[in-house]
Amino acid sequence: MSLLNSYRVIYSTFLLGLIGAIYPLPIFLNAFRPDWMVLIIFYWVLALPHRVSVVHGFVLGFLLDILLGSTLGMHALLFSLLAYFVSIGYQRIRYFTLVQTTLLVGLFILLTKFALYWLASSLQEIVLHKHYFWSIFTSMLVWPWFFFFMRYIRQRFKVL
Amino acid sequence: MIAFSVILFLADSQLNLFASSRLYLNSLVSPIQYIADAPQKLSSTISENLLTRQALKERNQQLEKDNLFLKADRLLLTQLEHENKQLRELLNSQRNFSYKRMIAEVMSLRSDPFTHQLLIDKGARDGVYLGQPVINEEGVVGQVSQVGSTTSRVLLIVDASHGIPVRVQRNDIVAIVHGSGAWNKLNLPFVQSNADLKEGDLLVTSGLGGRFPAGYPVAKISRFDYQEGALYADVTATPVALLDRSRYLLLLWNDHKLTDSEPSLDLESEDVTAQ
Repeated sequence: MSLLNSYRVIYSTFLLGLIGAIYPLPIFLNAFRPDWMVLIIFYWVLALPHRVSVVHGFVLGFLLDILLGSTLGMHALLFSLLAYFVSIGYQRIRYFTLVQTTLLVGLFILLTKFALYWLASSLQEIVLHKHYFWSIFTSMLVWPWFFFFMRYIRQRFKVL
Repeated sequence: MIAFSVILFLADSQLNLFASSRLYLNSLVSPIQYIADAPQKLSSTISENLLTRQALKERNQQLEKDNLFLKADRLLLTQLEHENKQLRELLNSQRNFSYKRMIAEVMSLRSDPFTHQLLIDKGARDGVYLGQPVINEEGVVGQVSQVGSTTSRVLLIVDASHGIPVRVQRNDIVAIVHGSGAWNKLNLPFVQSNADLKEGDLLVTSGLGGRFPAGYPVAKISRFDYQEGALYADVTATPVALLDRSRYLLLLWNDHKLTDSEPSLDLESEDVTAQ
Protein backbone atom coordinates (compact mmCIF):
# COMPACT_ATOMS: atom_id res chain seq x y z
CA MET A 1 0.00 0.00 0.00
CA SER A 2 2.78 2.39 0.89
CA LEU A 3 4.59 1.40 -2.31
CA LEU A 4 1.52 2.28 -4.35
CA ASN A 5 1.21 5.52 -2.44
CA SER A 6 4.85 6.45 -3.08
CA TYR A 7 4.57 5.86 -6.78
CA ARG A 8 1.33 7.80 -6.92
CA VAL A 9 3.06 10.86 -5.45
CA ILE A 10 6.16 10.44 -7.59
CA TYR A 11 4.19 10.04 -10.80
CA SER A 12 1.98 13.01 -10.10
CA THR A 13 5.09 15.19 -9.70
CA PHE A 14 6.33 13.78 -13.01
CA LEU A 15 3.04 14.70 -14.65
CA LEU A 16 3.19 18.22 -13.21
CA GLY A 17 6.77 18.51 -14.41
CA LEU A 18 5.81 17.52 -17.95
CA ILE A 19 2.98 20.06 -17.93
CA GLY A 20 5.35 22.71 -16.57
CA ALA A 21 7.82 21.89 -19.31
CA ILE A 22 5.36 22.73 -22.09
CA TYR A 23 3.10 25.22 -20.32
CA PRO A 24 2.53 28.26 -22.55
CA LEU A 25 4.43 31.34 -21.42
CA PRO A 26 4.80 34.77 -23.02
CA ILE A 27 7.71 34.86 -25.44
CA PHE A 28 9.95 37.06 -23.29
CA LEU A 29 9.49 34.70 -20.31
CA ASN A 30 9.86 31.54 -22.33
CA ALA A 31 13.66 31.65 -22.29
CA PHE A 32 13.63 31.83 -18.49
CA ARG A 33 11.58 28.69 -18.03
CA PRO A 34 13.38 26.43 -15.53
CA ASP A 35 14.14 22.91 -16.73
CA TRP A 36 11.57 21.26 -14.50
CA MET A 37 12.20 17.76 -15.75
CA VAL A 38 15.92 17.88 -14.95
CA LEU A 39 15.14 19.21 -11.47
CA ILE A 40 12.50 16.57 -10.77
CA ILE A 41 14.57 13.66 -12.00
CA PHE A 42 17.59 14.96 -10.12
CA TYR A 43 15.61 15.26 -6.90
CA TRP A 44 13.90 11.88 -7.01
CA VAL A 45 16.96 9.92 -8.01
CA LEU A 46 18.89 11.66 -5.27
CA ALA A 47 16.23 11.04 -2.62
CA LEU A 48 14.97 7.60 -3.62
CA PRO A 49 17.48 5.89 -5.93
CA HIS A 50 15.82 2.54 -5.32
CA ARG A 51 12.45 3.84 -6.58
CA VAL A 52 13.36 6.15 -9.45
CA SER A 53 15.95 4.76 -11.80
CA VAL A 54 17.42 5.12 -15.27
CA VAL A 55 14.28 3.61 -16.79
CA HIS A 56 12.21 6.47 -15.41
CA GLY A 57 14.64 8.98 -16.88
CA PHE A 58 14.36 7.25 -20.21
CA VAL A 59 10.56 7.11 -20.25
CA LEU A 60 10.21 10.74 -19.14
CA GLY A 61 12.70 11.90 -21.73
CA PHE A 62 10.85 9.93 -24.36
CA LEU A 63 7.54 11.54 -23.37
CA LEU A 64 9.16 14.97 -23.44
CA ASP A 65 10.53 14.23 -26.91
CA ILE A 66 7.03 13.53 -28.18
CA LEU A 67 5.57 16.51 -26.36
CA LEU A 68 8.11 18.91 -27.82
CA GLY A 69 8.13 17.32 -31.24
CA SER A 70 11.89 16.89 -31.24
CA THR A 71 13.71 13.92 -32.64
CA LEU A 72 12.88 10.87 -30.57
CA GLY A 73 15.57 9.81 -28.14
CA MET A 74 17.27 13.19 -27.63
CA HIS A 75 15.88 13.90 -24.21
CA ALA A 76 15.51 10.19 -23.47
CA LEU A 77 19.25 9.70 -23.87
CA LEU A 78 20.19 12.72 -21.78
CA PHE A 79 17.72 12.06 -18.97
CA SER A 80 18.79 8.45 -18.66
CA LEU A 81 22.42 9.60 -18.54
CA LEU A 82 21.47 12.14 -15.88
CA ALA A 83 19.66 9.53 -13.81
CA TYR A 84 22.60 7.18 -14.23
CA PHE A 85 25.19 9.66 -13.00
CA VAL A 86 23.09 10.77 -10.06
CA SER A 87 22.34 7.17 -9.05
CA ILE A 88 26.07 6.39 -9.08
CA GLY A 89 27.01 9.32 -6.91
CA TYR A 90 23.94 9.86 -4.77
CA GLN A 91 25.75 8.91 -1.57
CA ARG A 92 28.27 11.65 -2.14
CA ILE A 93 25.82 14.25 -3.46
CA ARG A 94 23.62 13.84 -0.37
CA TYR A 95 26.40 15.25 1.78
CA PHE A 96 26.83 18.30 -0.42
CA THR A 97 25.75 21.68 0.90
CA LEU A 98 22.87 23.42 -0.79
CA VAL A 99 25.23 25.74 -2.66
CA GLN A 100 27.15 22.77 -4.00
CA THR A 101 24.04 20.95 -5.20
CA THR A 102 22.83 24.14 -6.82
CA LEU A 103 26.10 24.43 -8.71
CA LEU A 104 25.85 20.75 -9.64
CA VAL A 105 22.33 21.29 -10.99
CA GLY A 106 23.63 24.21 -13.03
CA LEU A 107 26.44 22.06 -14.39
CA PHE A 108 24.08 19.23 -15.29
CA ILE A 109 21.72 21.59 -17.11
CA LEU A 110 24.59 23.25 -18.94
CA LEU A 111 25.83 19.85 -20.12
CA THR A 112 22.30 18.82 -21.11
CA LYS A 113 21.87 22.00 -23.13
CA PHE A 114 25.20 21.57 -24.90
CA ALA A 115 24.40 17.95 -25.68
CA LEU A 116 20.94 18.85 -26.99
CA TYR A 117 22.45 21.55 -29.18
CA TRP A 118 25.10 19.20 -30.45
CA LEU A 119 22.59 16.43 -31.21
CA ALA A 120 20.21 18.82 -32.95
CA SER A 121 22.96 20.46 -34.97
CA SER A 122 24.15 17.05 -36.14
CA LEU A 123 20.77 16.66 -37.86
CA GLN A 124 20.19 20.09 -39.38
CA GLU A 125 21.65 23.54 -39.32
CA ILE A 126 20.21 25.60 -36.50
CA VAL A 127 20.52 29.13 -35.22
CA LEU A 128 21.51 29.42 -31.59
CA HIS A 129 20.03 32.33 -29.66
CA LYS A 130 21.96 33.68 -26.75
CA HIS A 131 18.98 33.35 -24.40
CA TYR A 132 19.04 29.60 -24.93
CA PHE A 133 21.27 29.37 -21.88
CA TRP A 134 19.38 31.72 -19.58
CA SER A 135 17.22 28.93 -18.20
CA ILE A 136 20.32 27.54 -16.45
CA PHE A 137 20.29 30.51 -14.10
CA THR A 138 16.56 30.37 -13.42
CA SER A 139 16.83 26.65 -12.76
CA MET A 140 19.64 27.26 -10.28
CA LEU A 141 17.61 30.03 -8.69
CA VAL A 142 14.57 27.77 -8.37
CA TRP A 143 16.47 24.70 -7.17
CA PRO A 144 16.79 25.51 -3.40
CA TRP A 145 13.08 26.34 -3.08
CA PHE A 146 12.18 23.38 -5.21
CA PHE A 147 14.35 21.13 -3.08
CA PHE A 148 12.68 22.21 0.18
CA PHE A 149 9.25 22.01 -1.38
CA MET A 150 9.85 18.48 -2.64
CA ARG A 151 11.27 17.43 0.70
CA TYR A 152 8.17 18.78 2.37
CA ILE A 153 6.01 16.80 -0.08
CA ARG A 154 8.07 13.68 0.47
CA GLN A 155 7.75 13.90 4.25
CA ARG A 156 4.13 14.98 4.20
CA PHE A 157 3.03 12.04 2.05
CA LYS A 158 5.58 9.66 3.60
CA VAL A 159 7.11 8.67 0.29
CA LEU A 160 9.73 6.01 0.97
CA MET B 1 19.35 1.71 -21.61
CA ILE B 2 21.82 4.25 -22.99
CA ALA B 3 22.51 2.10 -26.02
CA PHE B 4 18.78 1.72 -26.46
CA SER B 5 18.21 5.48 -26.55
CA VAL B 6 21.12 5.98 -28.94
CA ILE B 7 19.53 3.39 -31.21
CA LEU B 8 16.20 5.18 -30.84
CA PHE B 9 17.79 8.51 -31.76
CA LEU B 10 19.50 7.07 -34.82
CA ALA B 11 16.41 5.15 -35.88
CA ASP B 12 14.27 8.27 -35.77
CA SER B 13 16.74 10.71 -37.27
CA GLN B 14 18.38 8.64 -39.97
CA LEU B 15 15.96 5.90 -40.91
CA ASN B 16 12.71 7.65 -40.03
CA LEU B 17 11.33 4.41 -38.61
CA PHE B 18 8.74 6.05 -36.42
CA ALA B 19 6.86 7.90 -39.13
CA SER B 20 3.85 5.62 -38.78
CA SER B 21 3.93 5.15 -35.02
CA ARG B 22 4.27 8.91 -34.42
CA LEU B 23 0.50 9.07 -34.81
CA TYR B 24 -0.05 6.80 -31.84
CA LEU B 25 2.75 8.35 -29.82
CA ASN B 26 1.37 11.83 -30.41
CA SER B 27 -2.10 10.66 -29.44
CA LEU B 28 -0.65 9.16 -26.29
CA VAL B 29 0.61 12.50 -24.99
CA SER B 30 -2.18 14.72 -26.30
CA PRO B 31 -4.07 14.61 -22.95
CA ILE B 32 -1.05 16.28 -21.30
CA GLN B 33 -1.03 18.87 -24.04
CA TYR B 34 -4.73 19.56 -23.59
CA ILE B 35 -4.28 19.90 -19.82
CA ALA B 36 -1.39 22.32 -20.26
CA ASP B 37 -3.36 24.35 -22.78
CA ALA B 38 -6.53 24.44 -20.65
CA PRO B 39 -5.72 27.45 -18.40
CA GLN B 40 -4.80 29.56 -21.41
CA LYS B 41 -7.98 28.55 -23.18
CA LEU B 42 -10.04 29.22 -20.08
CA SER B 43 -8.62 32.70 -19.61
CA SER B 44 -9.20 33.58 -23.24
CA THR B 45 -12.77 32.29 -22.99
CA ILE B 46 -13.33 34.37 -19.88
CA SER B 47 -11.89 37.50 -21.43
CA GLU B 48 -14.09 36.91 -24.45
CA ASN B 49 -17.15 36.59 -22.24
CA LEU B 50 -16.35 39.60 -20.10
CA LEU B 51 -16.98 42.31 -22.67
CA THR B 52 -19.08 45.36 -22.13
CA ARG B 53 -22.25 45.73 -24.11
CA GLN B 54 -20.85 48.84 -25.73
CA ALA B 55 -17.72 47.06 -26.92
CA LEU B 56 -19.74 44.17 -28.27
CA LYS B 57 -22.02 46.53 -30.11
CA GLU B 58 -19.13 48.41 -31.67
CA ARG B 59 -17.46 45.21 -32.71
CA ASN B 60 -20.64 43.88 -34.19
CA GLN B 61 -21.09 47.05 -36.22
CA GLN B 62 -17.52 46.87 -37.42
CA LEU B 63 -17.92 43.25 -38.42
CA GLU B 64 -21.15 43.96 -40.24
CA LYS B 65 -19.46 46.71 -42.17
CA ASP B 66 -16.58 44.41 -43.06
CA ASN B 67 -19.02 41.72 -44.01
CA LEU B 68 -20.86 44.09 -46.33
CA PHE B 69 -17.66 45.04 -48.13
CA LEU B 70 -16.54 41.44 -48.38
CA LYS B 71 -19.90 40.38 -49.73
CA ALA B 72 -19.79 43.14 -52.32
CA ASP B 73 -16.33 41.95 -53.35
CA ARG B 74 -17.58 38.43 -53.49
CA LEU B 75 -20.29 39.40 -55.95
CA LEU B 76 -17.59 40.45 -58.31
CA LEU B 77 -15.48 37.43 -57.43
CA THR B 78 -18.18 34.96 -58.44
CA GLN B 79 -18.44 36.74 -61.74
CA LEU B 80 -14.67 36.68 -62.22
CA GLU B 81 -14.44 33.07 -61.17
CA HIS B 82 -17.03 32.15 -63.73
CA GLU B 83 -15.25 34.11 -66.42
CA ASN B 84 -11.92 32.60 -65.46
CA LYS B 85 -13.38 29.13 -65.67
CA GLN B 86 -14.76 29.82 -69.12
CA LEU B 87 -11.46 31.18 -70.33
CA ARG B 88 -9.63 28.20 -68.89
CA GLU B 89 -12.02 25.88 -70.60
CA LEU B 90 -11.25 27.68 -73.85
CA LEU B 91 -7.55 27.17 -73.20
CA ASN B 92 -8.08 23.56 -72.15
CA SER B 93 -6.30 24.24 -68.88
CA GLN B 94 -7.39 22.51 -65.74
CA ARG B 95 -7.12 24.37 -62.50
CA ASN B 96 -9.36 24.06 -59.54
CA PHE B 97 -9.82 26.83 -56.99
CA SER B 98 -12.34 25.22 -54.70
CA TYR B 99 -10.44 23.75 -51.81
CA LYS B 100 -11.88 22.22 -48.71
CA ARG B 101 -10.86 24.27 -45.68
CA MET B 102 -10.93 23.92 -41.92
CA ILE B 103 -10.14 26.34 -39.11
CA ALA B 104 -7.64 25.14 -36.52
CA GLU B 105 -6.69 26.78 -33.27
CA VAL B 106 -3.06 27.14 -32.23
CA MET B 107 -2.20 25.54 -28.89
CA SER B 108 0.55 27.88 -27.80
CA LEU B 109 2.67 25.28 -26.05
CA ARG B 110 6.42 25.21 -25.97
CA SER B 111 8.09 23.25 -28.72
CA ASP B 112 11.57 22.08 -29.42
CA PRO B 113 13.77 25.21 -29.27
CA PHE B 114 15.70 24.27 -32.42
CA THR B 115 12.78 23.98 -34.82
CA HIS B 116 9.98 26.36 -35.69
CA GLN B 117 6.75 24.52 -35.10
CA LEU B 118 3.23 25.18 -33.92
CA LEU B 119 0.85 22.75 -32.33
CA ILE B 120 -2.74 22.84 -33.58
CA ASP B 121 -5.85 21.26 -32.13
CA LYS B 122 -6.85 19.24 -35.21
CA GLY B 123 -5.55 15.80 -36.04
CA ALA B 124 -6.04 12.67 -38.08
CA ARG B 125 -9.58 12.39 -36.76
CA ASP B 126 -10.42 15.61 -38.59
CA GLY B 127 -8.74 14.39 -41.76
CA VAL B 128 -5.42 16.18 -41.36
CA TYR B 129 -2.64 14.56 -43.38
CA LEU B 130 1.14 14.82 -43.54
CA GLY B 131 2.35 17.68 -45.71
CA GLN B 132 -0.96 19.48 -45.67
CA PRO B 133 -0.67 23.22 -46.47
CA VAL B 134 -1.53 25.62 -43.64
CA ILE B 135 -2.32 29.30 -44.17
CA ASN B 136 -3.82 32.18 -42.24
CA GLU B 137 -5.64 35.26 -43.45
CA GLU B 138 -2.37 36.94 -44.50
CA GLY B 139 -0.51 34.18 -46.26
CA VAL B 140 1.16 30.80 -46.11
CA VAL B 141 2.20 29.66 -42.63
CA GLY B 142 3.68 26.22 -43.23
CA GLN B 143 2.80 22.60 -43.62
CA VAL B 144 1.78 19.75 -41.34
CA SER B 145 4.84 17.79 -40.27
CA GLN B 146 3.45 15.41 -37.64
CA VAL B 147 -0.05 14.13 -37.14
CA GLY B 148 -1.66 12.82 -33.98
CA SER B 149 -5.26 11.74 -33.66
CA THR B 150 -6.40 15.02 -32.08
CA THR B 151 -3.37 17.29 -32.43
CA SER B 152 -0.78 17.92 -35.12
CA ARG B 153 2.36 19.92 -35.65
CA VAL B 154 2.85 22.58 -38.27
CA LEU B 155 6.36 23.17 -39.59
CA LEU B 156 6.63 26.89 -40.30
CA ILE B 157 8.09 28.28 -43.53
CA VAL B 158 10.89 29.96 -41.54
CA ASP B 159 12.25 26.65 -40.24
CA ALA B 160 15.69 25.88 -41.61
CA SER B 161 14.52 22.57 -43.06
CA HIS B 162 11.57 24.01 -44.97
CA GLY B 163 11.47 25.00 -48.60
CA ILE B 164 8.57 26.17 -50.72
CA PRO B 165 8.40 26.82 -54.48
CA VAL B 166 7.26 30.36 -55.29
CA ARG B 167 6.98 32.78 -58.15
CA VAL B 168 7.24 36.54 -58.17
CA GLN B 169 3.78 37.99 -58.60
CA ARG B 170 4.96 40.88 -60.77
CA ASN B 171 6.79 38.93 -63.47
CA ASP B 172 6.38 35.20 -62.82
CA ILE B 173 10.04 34.45 -62.08
CA VAL B 174 10.14 31.15 -60.22
CA ALA B 175 12.30 30.55 -57.17
CA ILE B 176 12.45 28.50 -54.01
CA VAL B 177 12.09 30.09 -50.60
CA HIS B 178 14.08 28.46 -47.82
CA GLY B 179 13.62 29.10 -44.12
CA SER B 180 16.59 30.63 -42.35
CA GLY B 181 15.87 29.57 -38.78
CA ALA B 182 15.11 33.14 -37.67
CA TRP B 183 11.52 34.22 -37.08
CA ASN B 184 11.28 36.87 -39.78
CA LYS B 185 13.81 36.00 -42.42
CA LEU B 186 13.66 33.75 -45.47
CA ASN B 187 16.36 33.02 -48.04
CA LEU B 188 16.07 32.71 -51.80
CA PRO B 189 19.12 30.78 -52.95
CA PHE B 190 20.11 30.33 -56.60
CA VAL B 191 18.51 33.48 -57.98
CA GLN B 192 20.44 34.80 -61.01
CA SER B 193 22.17 38.06 -60.22
CA ASN B 194 20.59 39.70 -63.28
CA ALA B 195 17.08 38.60 -62.36
CA ASP B 196 14.43 41.30 -62.40
CA LEU B 197 13.64 41.47 -58.69
CA LYS B 198 13.06 44.49 -56.50
CA GLU B 199 12.66 45.04 -52.81
CA GLY B 200 8.98 44.80 -51.95
CA ASP B 201 8.10 42.27 -54.64
CA LEU B 202 5.44 39.83 -53.47
CA LEU B 203 6.21 36.12 -53.71
CA VAL B 204 3.25 33.79 -54.14
CA THR B 205 3.13 30.00 -54.18
CA SER B 206 3.70 28.61 -57.64
CA GLY B 207 1.99 25.30 -57.03
CA LEU B 208 4.87 23.52 -58.75
CA GLY B 209 5.62 21.13 -55.92
CA GLY B 210 2.07 19.87 -55.95
CA ARG B 211 1.90 20.31 -52.21
CA PHE B 212 0.86 23.94 -51.87
CA PRO B 213 -1.96 25.25 -54.06
CA ALA B 214 -0.89 28.07 -56.37
CA GLY B 215 -1.45 31.75 -55.75
CA TYR B 216 -1.18 32.24 -51.99
CA PRO B 217 1.15 35.02 -50.79
CA VAL B 218 4.26 33.77 -48.98
CA ALA B 219 6.74 36.60 -48.48
CA LYS B 220 7.94 40.02 -49.54
CA ILE B 221 11.47 40.56 -50.75
CA SER B 222 13.32 42.63 -48.17
CA ARG B 223 16.78 42.77 -49.70
CA PHE B 224 18.18 42.16 -53.15
CA ASP B 225 21.91 42.46 -53.43
CA TYR B 226 24.61 41.09 -55.69
CA GLN B 227 28.34 41.24 -56.01
CA GLU B 228 29.86 42.23 -59.31
CA GLY B 229 30.63 39.06 -61.24
CA ALA B 230 28.86 36.71 -58.87
CA LEU B 231 26.57 34.13 -60.43
CA TYR B 232 23.79 34.26 -57.88
CA ALA B 233 22.28 37.21 -56.07
CA ASP B 234 21.88 37.49 -52.34
CA VAL B 235 18.14 37.67 -51.74
CA THR B 236 16.24 37.64 -48.47
CA ALA B 237 12.54 38.01 -47.80
CA THR B 238 10.18 38.46 -44.86
CA PRO B 239 7.08 36.29 -44.48
CA VAL B 240 3.80 38.14 -44.96
CA ALA B 241 1.97 36.14 -42.30
CA LEU B 242 2.70 37.03 -38.67
CA LEU B 243 3.87 33.56 -37.77
CA ASP B 244 4.39 34.02 -34.06
CA ARG B 245 1.16 35.87 -33.44
CA SER B 246 -1.61 34.01 -35.21
CA ARG B 247 -4.19 32.29 -33.06
CA TYR B 248 -6.30 30.72 -35.80
CA LEU B 249 -4.99 28.94 -38.87
CA LEU B 250 -6.66 27.53 -41.94
CA LEU B 251 -5.98 24.01 -43.14
CA LEU B 252 -6.33 23.46 -46.88
CA TRP B 253 -7.16 20.23 -48.63
CA ASN B 254 -5.21 20.24 -51.84
CA ASP B 255 -7.27 18.18 -54.30
CA HIS B 256 -4.89 19.09 -57.07
CA LYS B 257 -2.53 16.52 -55.64
CA LEU B 258 -4.94 13.71 -56.38
CA THR B 259 -5.44 14.63 -60.02
CA ASP B 260 -1.76 15.33 -60.53
CA SER B 261 -0.32 12.21 -62.12
CA GLU B 262 3.23 13.42 -62.66
CA PRO B 263 5.45 12.11 -59.89
CA SER B 264 8.48 13.80 -61.45
CA LEU B 265 7.11 17.16 -60.34
CA ASP B 266 7.29 16.08 -56.73
CA LEU B 267 11.03 15.67 -56.92
CA GLU B 268 11.54 19.27 -57.90
CA SER B 269 9.37 20.53 -55.13
CA GLU B 270 11.97 20.67 -52.39
CA ASP B 271 9.22 20.50 -49.80
CA VAL B 272 11.59 19.05 -47.31
CA THR B 273 9.78 17.81 -44.28
CA ALA B 274 11.63 17.56 -41.01
CA GLN B 275 11.90 14.11 -39.63
